[in-house]
Amino acid sequence: MSSSTYVQLVDLAKHFGKVRALDGLNLDIAQGELVALLGPSGCGKTTALRALAGLQELDRGQLIVDGKDVTFQNANKRGMGMVFQAYSLFPHMTARENVEYGLKLKAHKTAADKRKARSTELLELVGLSTHVNHYPHQLSGGQQQRVALARALAISPKVLLLDEPLSALDAKVRTQLREEIRRIQLELGTTTLFVTHDQEEALSIADRVGVMRNGQLEQIAAPAELYDRPKTSFVAEFVGLTNPIAGKVSGGEIEVLGSVIKTLPGSVSSGTGIALIRPESIDVVASSSGNATVAAASFLGASCRLNITMNDGSRVTAQLPSSDAAGIGAGAKVKVSLLDLPVFVKAAG
Amino acid sequence: MKQSWGVRLWRWTIISIVGAYLLVPLYAMFDFSTKPFGFADKGRTFRAWSIIPSQPDLIAAVTRSLITAAIVMALILFLIVPTAIWVHLKLPALRRPFELLCLLPLAIPAIVIVVGIAPLYRWISIHLTESPISLAGVYSMLILPYTYRSLSAALDAVDIHTLAEAARTLGANTSRVIFGIIMPTIKTGIVNGSFIAIALVLGEYTISNILNYKTFQVVIAQIGRTNGNVAVAVSLASILFVLFLLLLIPTKKRRSEVLDVDLV
Repeated sequence: MSSSTYVQLVDLAKHFGKVRALDGLNLDIAQGELVALLGPSGCGKTTALRALAGLQELDRGQLIVDGKDVTFQNANKRGMGMVFQAYSLFPHMTARENVEYGLKLKAHKTAADKRKARSTELLELVGLSTHVNHYPHQLSGGQQQRVALARALAISPKVLLLDEPLSALDAKVRTQLREEIRRIQLELGTTTLFVTHDQEEALSIADRVGVMRNGQLEQIAAPAELYDRPKTSFVAEFVGLTNPIAGKVSGGEIEVLGSVIKTLPGSVSSGTGIALIRPESIDVVASSSGNATVAAASFLGASCRLNITMNDGSRVTAQLPSSDAAGIGAGAKVKVSLLDLPVFVKAAG
Repeated sequence: MKQSWGVRLWRWTIISIVGAYLLVPLYAMFDFSTKPFGFADKGRTFRAWSIIPSQPDLIAAVTRSLITAAIVMALILFLIVPTAIWVHLKLPALRRPFELLCLLPLAIPAIVIVVGIAPLYRWISIHLTESPISLAGVYSMLILPYTYRSLSAALDAVDIHTLAEAARTLGANTSRVIFGIIMPTIKTGIVNGSFIAIALVLGEYTISNILNYKTFQVVIAQIGRTNGNVAVAVSLASILFVLFLLLLIPTKKRRSEVLDVDLV
């Protein structure tokens, strides 16, 4: 345990029948850090979060928060603030009453005037100062999740737990709210565990992102490192897009698409391997004597995605800034090469 | 519009038929209760209504039935509702058996139930109390099908699991979750179930009569044997009273327009 570790999940295991939701999960979170757990459905990310909240019993493992073992502590005594995927505001209470609810209970008992000041401050923080007396049914989905966030923060939680709180919202609201969650988290310095299956969401707001698979952490790292230097083929393929292209590996390098590039640690070390190449690592220039033809071009705003057929019949996807892709459309002859960025290589077959 | 006229005519026809079906018997009762029944009476008379309070046992029977209904209501609130919530929250595997158990009184004829519980009530009347209020026990069993269906529908309509978990993470213990969060959330279901139960308790005759308890309905039947007009007047009054209670059931949840939905 490093000196700054605030939350520790040690060797967590949980089975649901024959399904292993958690299988020896270990995770350390530093104080004030926002860690996102990312992974496909059923990878155990929500089970881990619920275990930390005290809402899920474990078969094995230990949960340590601020140096104290909370593994067997009841959920109502753990002091965790949680925002759920489903709308969870108490329907018979106004926004203010919802926020003040935790402060009325024994665990966080606060005097009425301080409670009111706290709810006012938090509803202001989430941008709902004009909605304090609204009932949940009078609020939109995004507003309800903001109140839920204020309610979770009201008890000054040891850890803020976010269980896919944005997944029920539409894309625009989702983007806006995730940025606000990050702003508020940084402002209050609350240690936060954020579970999501949306990689854009995880990569954009987390200090570190943990990719989970089969109940274990596959890799945990800062978003850029996770994207640029994946340690396993699962992480490389799960986070972002990749082009699987076969090539010859030797001496920590792979020869692929006519270029020789370095391989990342954990890659296949010899023989034939499959390089997992990011679309933006492929350089494309228009050339009548090129080695490929553009099959289709999709304009994405700031960037442009090209589906390219190589002269040998293989297909790759490239993504380049729209300004560089000007004049390259379907049917154009192009020269494809690779940028000199290390790549993860998985075993062939 | 032609079609609209046709639809309206159809609608009013149906409403009139249903209205007549419901109201004509009530009117007939009123008509009978105001007919002369003594030598001194001439024309319409409200004598049958005016002597209701002086009927022996009637006021006491009404009071007892209302107290019984209140006890049944308390049993609903403090036993049946928390149990239904507990089963929904913590014992989902028991939901079907619990539902089946609650529906049993509907499948078993009242006469069979009374034969089954008669020895128990004989023991109760000897060793505990002879008061008809003790019928609250068997009534709380009889009302289960109606109350449980009403509660179950209300519990299924909201995500009580998430609400309960949200309350727990904020520091609420189990009783606070049940009484402070879930019960207010399913208030409409509880009120509906309770009023139906009260109507049932006030209208029950078979069990109380066979067990020889003088409840409201039993006393009405007794009065009917001596004075038909008064018995019908009392019956009509009781129907109107129960109807009044049922009308108190909120038919629509308070729902105002969703505000500012364009805001995040």
